[in-house]
Amino acid sequence: MKELSVNHLLGIKYINKNDIDLIFETADHFKEVINRPIKKVPSLRDITIANIFFENSTRTKLSFELAQKRLSADVISFSAAQSSVKKGETLIDTVNNILSMKVDMVVMRHANPGAAYFLSKNVKASIVNAGDGAHEHPTQALLDSYSIREKLGEVAGKKVVIVGDVLHSRVALSNIYALQMQGAEVKVCGPKTLIPRHIESLGVTVEPNLRKALEWCDVANMLRVQNERMDVNYFPSTREYAQQYGVDKTLLDSLNKEIVIMHPGPINRGVEITSEVADSHQSVILNQVENGVAIRMAVIYLLASKIQ
Amino acid sequence: MSQKVLLTAKEVTIILHRLACQLIEKHLDFSDTILVGIQPRGVFLAERLKEILENEYQTPEIQLGYLDITFFRDDFRRTDKPLEANKTKINFIVENKKVIFIDDVLFTGRSIRSALTAIQSFGRPSEIELLVLIDRRFSRNLPIQPDYRGRQVDAINNEKVKVSWKENDGEDAVYLITN
Repeated sequence: MKELSVNHLLGIKYINKNDIDLIFETADHFKEVINRPIKKVPSLRDITIANIFFENSTRTKLSFELAQKRLSADVISFSAAQSSVKKGETLIDTVNNILSMKVDMVVMRHANPGAAYFLSKNVKASIVNAGDGAHEHPTQALLDSYSIREKLGEVAGKKVVIVGDVLHSRVALSNIYALQMQGAEVKVCGPKTLIPRHIESLGVTVEPNLRKALEWCDVANMLRVQNERMDVNYFPSTREYAQQYGVDKTLLDSLNKEIVIMHPGPINRGVEITSEVADSHQSVILNQVENGVAIRMAVIYLLASKIQ
Repeated sequence: MSQKVLLTAKEVTIILHRLACQLIEKHLDFSDTILVGIQPRGVFLAERLKEILENEYQTPEIQLGYLDITFFRDDFRRTDKPLEANKTKINFIVENKKVIFIDDVLFTGRSIRSALTAIQSFGRPSEIELLVLIDRRFSRNLPIQPDYRGRQVDAINNEKVKVSWKENDGEDAVYLITN
């Protein structure tokens, strides 16, 4: 019988290929569940989950909450903006206070890299990392790979290019780990200022030219330009970025094959991709969102089954 | 470990035909009736019955679904081994239909309890019946009894009843296994 090799989902680099396969198989079943007339199963009715978001989020937070509710877990959610964090409480104190209300699992987003790892070493609960700074965002990477698998049959052997703001992106790092683990080839593409130095050491290649990158790939994952994390100007203007690294319909149609367009959201329409591309049949952006719920149900279900 | 044959291939065939006839007696042309095989082992029995009904008794085509009960079980986190899910395939709404649950062995009744909850996700059936090949009587934890049974067996708790199917295990047979 199969189970996850870990008790927490802190990042893709802490899990292995078997874990990914198991999560995908389980997600297949949950995808069927969420397409039923009644989209709910009672599995986790004795589990309580706290969603702690120290950073803003719409999609991820809603997706986690929906996944938890579809599994019949009890859910408490809090955002840092309205909490005692503003009064100076430490992370461990905040979480331990929540845990003393008998919470079994914590889903956390935090601005500091390693926050989820730190928490897993210091509190007694199953931790799911919903994004820690520019480090990892494992459920996003899992749902991205799952969407590729759904669209193209398998991930192994596929060529994926990650375009844009790789420097500030936790999605990029988790995706690189996840895709390589499953045997895909990864390139990154973007302005030199937004590509981390020494990224080659992760086994990826850098392609500064967007057209060349798109001609090479099967899948293009277009990252959002994270203006909120940019304290200095990394490129001259948004317009210039869109011209150099934005994908529009003309560019897409001029390629000699049909590629799959992904975007982790939220989209800056007209910057990374134009509306035409976002809404075209080559884009799987809304499938990613649907798959996100199934993947998160699978992750929570599998981790919950390991809680004693 | 010792094993004893409870039913041979020939006996299984006779019983399947009897069960098919009992179903026809009650459901006639199956116009409002749906067969639902409980995953994983009930599916073989359900497919076999559908085949016998359609090919040997010329009933019109019968709707057949597979129901997986993993996420509805009451022993999640209470067993040592993780629960493994199977595919659910129910491509129709069961609203106001007569549903027949089909499983190979009825033991504690807990799987059927879960199935009763699980089927509600697909609508409100007008009636639910239960058909099993082997009914292990005296071992029920819940007040659940079959409407159609192949054979009643008295087995004590550490004994196991194993149903083999030609398409999966190479032969049709039922064994009583004692550890």
